[in-house]
Amino acid sequence: MLRALFVRLGSLSSVLVGISLLTYGFVFLTPGDPAYTILRAQRQSPPSDAEVASFRAEHGLDDPFLVQYVSWLTDALQGDLGMSYYQSESVTSLLLASLPNTLELALAATAVSLVLAVPLGVLSAVHRDTWIDRTSRIVALVGVSIPNFWLGYVLLLVCSLWLGLTPVGGTGTPGHLVLPAVTLGTGMAAIITRLVRTSMLEVLEADYVDTARSKGVRERLVIYKHALRNALIPVVTIVGLQFGYVINGAVIVETVFQRPGLGTLLVDAVFARDYPVVQGVVLVTAVGVIGTNQLVDLAYVALDPRVERGDRS
Amino acid sequence: MSDRNRLEWRDCLDRWRPEIRTNAAIRVGGGTVGLLAIVALVGPHVSPYEPTAQALGSRLQGPSIAHPLGTDALGRDVATRLVYGARVSLALAVAATTIRVVIGTTIGLLAATCGRFVDALLMRLVDVQLAFPGLVFALVIAGVLGPSLRNVVIALSVVGWASYARVVRGSVLAIRDRSFVQSSKLYGTPRRRLVRRHLLPHVVSPVLVLATLNLGTVVLAAAGLSYLGLGAQPPTAEWGTMIAGGRNYLRAAPWLVTAPGVAIMLTVIGVNLLGDGLRDALDPDHLDDRERRRT
Repeated sequence: MLRALFVRLGSLSSVLVGISLLTYGFVFLTPGDPAYTILRAQRQSPPSDAEVASFRAEHGLDDPFLVQYVSWLTDALQGDLGMSYYQSESVTSLLLASLPNTLELALAATAVSLVLAVPLGVLSAVHRDTWIDRTSRIVALVGVSIPNFWLGYVLLLVCSLWLGLTPVGGTGTPGHLVLPAVTLGTGMAAIITRLVRTSMLEVLEADYVDTARSKGVRERLVIYKHALRNALIPVVTIVGLQFGYVINGAVIVETVFQRPGLGTLLVDAVFARDYPVVQGVVLVTAVGVIGTNQLVDLAYVALDPRVERGDRS
Repeated sequence: MSDRNRLEWRDCLDRWRPEIRTNAAIRVGGGTVGLLAIVALVGPHVSPYEPTAQALGSRLQGPSIAHPLGTDALGRDVATRLVYGARVSLALAVAATTIRVVIGTTIGLLAATCGRFVDALLMRLVDVQLAFPGLVFALVIAGVLGPSLRNVVIALSVVGWASYARVVRGSVLAIRDRSFVQSSKLYGTPRRRLVRRHLLPHVVSPVLVLATLNLGTVVLAAAGLSYLGLGAQPPTAEWGTMIAGGRNYLRAAPWLVTAPGVAIMLTVIGVNLLGDGLRDALDPDHLDDRERRRT
């Protein structure tokens, strides 16, 4: 057990080093001299050689790559991700200002997806191979195939522009959250519906469900008390693993609804070539993915003790 | 060298053919994708308009016989741009998926056949790649390299190979110690030939299924990057760019956003159906179960 823990920690730390190395190395993918490219993007005109040299000296770009990387990593480990090239603010404070909005969107989208997916998946499994099942599967297929930026505009058109039910964009009130959450939650719901269906089908064939039925337990209780509780274990884990999906979706959805958050911060920084901000957002999201994956693993063991005992097939 | 699990190229085709013929999802999904491919290939040759030809006198016109899907803010025919856009969007998705498959399969094979050290190193690389949310990673690469279709293909190829590497490595590890592989090694078969003749046929079906299911995600991601302004640049007709161009006219000309969105959705539905069908048909466990039941 202890050995497995050490192996896992070793593997995790090597992955974290790889993530930081790649995150820092992105800047060096820039064709030509990054300093020249950044200054040109900032000023919309070609910078002089002296300006480029001064910028390189100021940001330590003349040092060898490894020296720059170690210096950046040392600061990053202390919570200092540098200063934005454009906004006179530290990257950490920009991230802290954006993160709550994205987390709020992520939580709301997850709630929407669960509200849609669990009943649909259960219905689909209970009425297997009927029109209900087929309809639910088609809905899930369409849901997973809709481009979320397009769905966002369709919802904006119908709910905001035609019916006037919700604000067009921005943030501040619960109303501002409805359309972005539905847009982002729909794709997640489609994935979770399929999983709930598969998981329920598996559980409904288990011996203990047959036993409950043979004891005369009402079908509704069999489904919602005995079967669903166990069928939701893999669903809980997959919801946790959707963190990466949510961040991907947030990039687009926040842009569509002009909602401040990590997504819009990243898109703006990419176009402005504000590399410290880009590196900060990428590092935070990648570490977030790793962190949630670890939490999900722990949650899975807590929810299903058979995993720790190793007797789950 | 006989082994009932040994699989060669000809066996793959023989085993798949009846499954593919009888699977409804493959027929519907394949039909949809085939139709789109025909539209992408033939459409531009029969289209009466040029995709970039502006006609400012007939801007933002609603659907009519002359313009079945209306015109955009520069008077360009939306249907024509949709047809040309199909060519760009599909080519982009196929190119990125093909490169993903090649990189992932190569890395998976190397990891499974080149010893523990190489395996550990490559698998850590896979873990690192999987830690980055795909679109975020692709957005940054495309943004750093500069907006263009070529850079979107590079970005989407770089971010998506890891799952193929895992699948290929897993499939090869599952058969690496079987008697037909061991016997072939004992006969002194060169490693390249061993990989080509005995190992690759076993990874074809999982890779094909994954690639098909992945194609839909790539179509969505490519359209997303173009929508953000990192892919095709105006005046090139591409579905994501068309949605981005139509967003300012959402109330006045909703067809500008609706038409390319429906096109993307139909493509992804077709590809996903095809992928689901192929998974059901080509999954070796599935086949073995059915074969066991038959016998």
